Amino acid sequence: MIRLPSRREARMTETPAPHGGRLASARRLARWLTTPLLPDDYLHLLNPLWSSRELRGRIVDVVPETAQASTLVIKPGWGWNFDYRPGQYVGIAVQVDGRWHWRSYSLSSAPSRGQDTIAITVKAMPEGFLSSHLTSLQVGTVVRLAAPKGDFVLPEPPPDKILFLTAGSGLTPVMAMLRTLDRRGRTPDVVLLHSAPTEADVLFRAELQAMHRAHESLVLIERLTDRDGMLDLDRLADAVPDWAARETWACGPPAMLDAAERAWKARGISDRLHVERFSVDLAGAGGEGGTVTFGNSGKTVTVDGATTLLEAGEQNGVLLPFGCRMGICQTCVVPLAKGSVRDLRSGQTHQEGDRIQTCISAAAGDCVLDV
Amino acid sequence: MAITDIRAYAHLTDEDIDAIGAELDGIRKDIEAARGEADAAYIRRAIALQRALAAAGRITLFASSFPPAWVAGTAFLSLAKIIENMELGHNIIHGQWDWMNDPEIHSTSWEWDTTCPSAHWKHSHNFVHHKFTNVVGKDNDVGYGILRVTRDQKWHPVNLGQPVYNALLMLLFEWGVALHDLDLEKIRRREKDPKQTWKQLKEIGRKVRRQVLKDYVVYPALTGPQFLSTLTANATANLVRNLWADAVIFCGHFPDGAEKFTLEEFENETPQQWYLRQMLGSANFRAGRLMAFLSGNLCYQIEHHLFPDLPSNRYAEIGERVRDLCERYRLPYTTGSLARQYAETLRTIWKLSLPDRFLTRTTDDAPETRSERFPLPVAA
Repeated sequence: MIRLPSRREARMTETPAPHGGRLASARRLARWLTTPLLPDDYLHLLNPLWSSRELRGRIVDVVPETAQASTLVIKPGWGWNFDYRPGQYVGIAVQVDGRWHWRSYSLSSAPSRGQDTIAITVKAMPEGFLSSHLTSLQVGTVVRLAAPKGDFVLPEPPPDKILFLTAGSGLTPVMAMLRTLDRRGRTPDVVLLHSAPTEADVLFRAELQAMHRAHESLVLIERLTDRDGMLDLDRLADAVPDWAARETWACGPPAMLDAAERAWKARGISDRLHVERFSVDLAGAGGEGGTVTFGNSGKTVTVDGATTLLEAGEQNGVLLPFGCRMGICQTCVVPLAKGSVRDLRSGQTHQEGDRIQTCISAAAGDCVLDV
Repeated sequence: MAITDIRAYAHLTDEDIDAIGAELDGIRKDIEAARGEADAAYIRRAIALQRALAAAGRITLFASSFPPAWVAGTAFLSLAKIIENMELGHNIIHGQWDWMNDPEIHSTSWEWDTTCPSAHWKHSHNFVHHKFTNVVGKDNDVGYGILRVTRDQKWHPVNLGQPVYNALLMLLFEWGVALHDLDLEKIRRREKDPKQTWKQLKEIGRKVRRQVLKDYVVYPALTGPQFLSTLTANATANLVRNLWADAVIFCGHFPDGAEKFTLEEFENETPQQWYLRQMLGSANFRAGRLMAFLSGNLCYQIEHHLFPDLPSNRYAEIGERVRDLCERYRLPYTTGSLARQYAETLRTIWKLSLPDRFLTRTTDDAPETRSERFPLPVAA
């Protein structure tokens, strides 16, 4: 995902032309009229989407999918590149009580030429302050966006035999892949093995069934865990006999993904398994907490051992680079100038001089970040 | 000698000073907890208003040869520049709005509409001035390196000309600000690495080029045959902004009652005494809502110095609490009308162009600087 560019960087690196080269040169000339601002700083006041300085989008539709989940259809503004790959995620920020809060969500829409909207599907988590806020957004709300990112993508051309192993809202990036395959009309041999508590909890159920009717090579296996119990990956062959022969994309809760990694590793075919972790288990070990100093601004914050350095910075108005916010993309990596921090996933500590990921690290005593 | 023992000067016990510090910490906590949607809406509205005024000014000046359009366009543009520098630029660069986590309204990304690069300002103002406020020899804003504004500064024959320097600084204020972080005093004493000076000059040059081209070449040229009238309008707008900014800023620390401090005081001070120095070293002026807005809420200079990074729209309510605190501890809360505060400032600048032997008061009991030898009245 993008690092939030400073205005200075924005000035130096010309943003890609939103509508062709002529407009770009017009904007470059117009900067002589608006300096030290950009033309976009004026234009976005007329229409929030008329700015490529920061990526924005407008909610154009909110589609309820299940009792807890809704799809947000978003029209991105200038500067958005629709050339994303199915399976990638975006950053989205909404303003709550005056403050912008960022999260990452997989795109559930399939990239296609001529499209002018994207979609993410959000499940309101009981303890998730932002997810419930997102699902109750009004049409017309302006959100901030960060460019699509991620390696959990369908290759081009797709392999001949595919297994999608998903649970809950882990279906969303796979849905983008299925929609892409469906649109091309040439679906390879695909098995989707999806777990959800009940039928009513299965996302996109009607659309999946319609896809199955349209392409007989697409097999759907629903695992309703309230009725059938959790999927046992040691007995995966009962459901998908040829699973080991399939290139597999798996997305779901950490326990399922850990089990999948063990199963694939046991067969010595780890390279055939692609995993996307949309939630990160930060229970590894708490840091001790302490005073965090952000070197460039000199700002200091006292935090507990459970708050990530990224959250600590953002809660105190320090703009830090970030990406996935779950420890996978390395966008948030900054040098640790002093002290030590703890990786909340593994409990491992990092010392002065290490480069650390702020999104999954917490203070282990007082520390200074070189950012 | 300016104030060395702030405790003796204020006649406060250590317990009092700690209690004052705790109370001020409490005010900060309350405001930080209260910041929310209404504050965010305030700054967004201020930005929208400023950009609308700027656009209106530029567009109106396409008829700049028509005198009423010249006047209206110049007025819009002057207001736009004043609001941008005072309520937006100065305050946003202080980080007053960083809590919003908005990359477009943030101290790390804001570049303001003046010849001084934001990065230089952050050093000379946010760091040097706000940390060393009124410490003679440390705070370069005590006379900006060209004026003697307290008799703690040694007189030099060059000071005879300071009524003139001051008038020039008023007219050319943005240029003074642009060069301020170069620290001419340090360059004169050869204490500054010429490489650093050169690097800064290049940065200033880049900013100046864009600012000057915009106001004095591009916009005038776009209005074709009205080149000259647009040019004079833009120059006037910059001048109006210079005069206003100079007046507001000079009223912050130069009126009577804004005390000066010695290096010794600074070196021995506690965080609570830091608060006290900010309070005793700053001066407010009375302003209605409009004037407060146009001054960037620097009519609440005392509150700004206590809490430089709290949102400016909250200074009025903070002011009520600070004033109440000052009354309870019998501390001065220096304020007055803008005219009076500015008149005192001018008087000091003119008067101090003379050597001390023509002056009756000393550094212990002068209007612009006192010491613990003439302390405040005892607290009740």
